[in-house]
Amino acid sequence: MHLPDGFLDVPTSVGAGVVAAAAVAVSLRGARRELADQAVPLAGLVAAFVFAAQMVKFPVGAGTSGHLMGGALAAILVGPYTAVLCLSVVLIVQALLFADGGVSALGVNVTLMGVITAVVGYAVFRLVVRALPGGRAATTAASFTAALVSIPVAALAFVGAFALGGTADVPLGALTTAMVGVHTLIGIGEGVITAATVGSVLAVRPDLVHGMRDRRPQLELRPAAATPQEA
Amino acid sequence: MNDSTRPRSVDRRTRWLLLAGLLAALVLAGVVSYYASTAPDGLEKVAADTGIAEREREHTLSGSPLKDYGVAGVEDAQVSGGLAGVAGVAITLVVAGGAFWALRRRSTGPGAGPGAGPGAGSGRTPA
Repeated sequence: MHLPDGFLDVPTSVGAGVVAAAAVAVSLRGARRELADQAVPLAGLVAAFVFAAQMVKFPVGAGTSGHLMGGALAAILVGPYTAVLCLSVVLIVQALLFADGGVSALGVNVTLMGVITAVVGYAVFRLVVRALPGGRAATTAASFTAALVSIPVAALAFVGAFALGGTADVPLGALTTAMVGVHTLIGIGEGVITAATVGSVLAVRPDLVHGMRDRRPQLELRPAAATPQEA
Repeated sequence: MNDSTRPRSVDRRTRWLLLAGLLAALVLAGVVSYYASTAPDGLEKVAADTGIAEREREHTLSGSPLKDYGVAGVEDAQVSGGLAGVAGVAITLVVAGGAFWALRRRSTGPGAGPGAGPGAGSGRTPA
């Protein structure tokens, strides 16, 4: 959902830039709490993986494609603040080096694809995990749901931004239907990829999944006596 | 061996996981992306259908050698795309990794969080 230059007027683009900058500032502080020494390599890898996955577009029917956005995935694996930073790096690299996403649209793109998907994805993940019994299947299902929901919500946020400062005259109802419709389909793909990735990490190192750090005893492969004592 | 008593090192299983993830990223960007769908993505399609696309302006950094995920000057489309993808993965890894390394919360020494020291377990602060 990379906006090029020109879709939104200057005040909206600048305003979104302020929102994105504030979110990044908050996330820089918050990420410190999430980034223990061991988490640094995984966080860097998550950013690189999201970049790669965003290059692989999958068809969703009717002559349209989608790609993983990765906000929910990143938030579940390395925490929401670190996820915002991961996605921001990806989007900045894409805009500045690959001409993917307008430079003037960077604020909007970071807000939509970095902040909203990560925050919504993490919130939904935590809610679903709380509602389900513990274990890997539940965590995987929660990952799917969180990722699925995050995409149409981001699409709605785009409509909101467009309502504020879109440069073309388009009826908002039709725009909403179109955007939410296709991005729900894309959300299914996002859900599948996210669940598969989180599931893979869970199978090997469940303690690396930030979103499950307080549920570790239910996921550990070793007997309970060997698990670290968490306060 | 109890992995939880090694707070600062990245143990073997984690290392293999990270390497596998990096390999996956490189393969996705360097090889799989060439075979990806070329259909417009959701926003592009909606923009085209609604007329929003007519407002698009040319990218301000159109002179970049990696523009549109290809390496300028490399003739073969698959090689060009693959190299650009690999470059992007590497650049992202270095920039993000570097930033997170600088931000990290050390488990001992200056800047250490509560519960610092060799017995800090996995280094995460208690809930």
